[in-house]
Amino acid sequence: MMTTLILLTVLMILGAIVALESRDLLSGIISLGIIGFALTIIFLVLQAPDLAIVQIIIETLTLVILIAAVLKTTRKEVNDPVNKRKVLLWSAGLIGVAVFLLAAWRALHHMPEFGHLTLRMAQAYVDQGANLTGAGNLVAAVILDFRGYDTLGEATVLFTSVAGVVSVLRKVGRKHA
Amino acid sequence: MILFILAILLFLIGLYGVLVKRNLIKMIIGLMIMEYAVNLIFTLVGYRSGGTAPIVTDSISSVLYVDPLPQALVLTAIVIGLGTTALAVSFAVRIFEKYDTFDVRKIRKLRG
Repeated sequence: MMTTLILLTVLMILGAIVALESRDLLSGIISLGIIGFALTIIFLVLQAPDLAIVQIIIETLTLVILIAAVLKTTRKEVNDPVNKRKVLLWSAGLIGVAVFLLAAWRALHHMPEFGHLTLRMAQAYVDQGANLTGAGNLVAAVILDFRGYDTLGEATVLFTSVAGVVSVLRKVGRKHA
Repeated sequence: MILFILAILLFLIGLYGVLVKRNLIKMIIGLMIMEYAVNLIFTLVGYRSGGTAPIVTDSISSVLYVDPLPQALVLTAIVIGLGTTALAVSFAVRIFEKYDTFDVRKIRKLRG
């Protein structure tokens, strides 16, 4: 189990490197698919079937959107000789990454060891969820009953982003420049 | 512990893509990689060894479940991730129609 998870995470990291470094945008996007689908398998291994279902649908939709965008525009990567002489920019970036690493290192010591759950917040949901909501699936009970306003907010964000996409991409009312 | 470190490494790769790449699509890919890493960390925190998926199958409640709360949060985050990615990609396509390039160094003039 541990070996499976580590192998899949390493696969995700390799996919991420290929996705960012490939010279062809289309193959980069397909490598992004490696990450998403590996994450789906990780969710299955971690006993989260709801997440696996949602992730596989969302990943497919994302790949379709990205591939459509790239085929409509261009597949070529921009010529990008990384300028190593911009000392200020590079040092600022490195300082940012160093601060992030420091914070992550401090946070890692407060994390529970993998597999030893110390969060007690969901215990009430687990104990009473089935009785209070009548839902057998506790994740569904949490998102639809205990935290229903959260899901309402999620629907609002989705609606807003769809409205944004439509208003950015529509051809009606655009001046022909 | 090593799983958390690998997930943080994945996050850092995404951060590298956002900071260093000059191509808009590559920057969006970096954002998505960071998203995946955060979702992975949340789900890892909620796991309990020997736990089963949080689905009640019988009235006996002595079964150990994994934590349903991080799973619910990640479910919301995944769906919102699709929304933000679609919006970002539509901005990128619109910018390409205007400037004929994805290179952020050439997208400087604000011509309307």
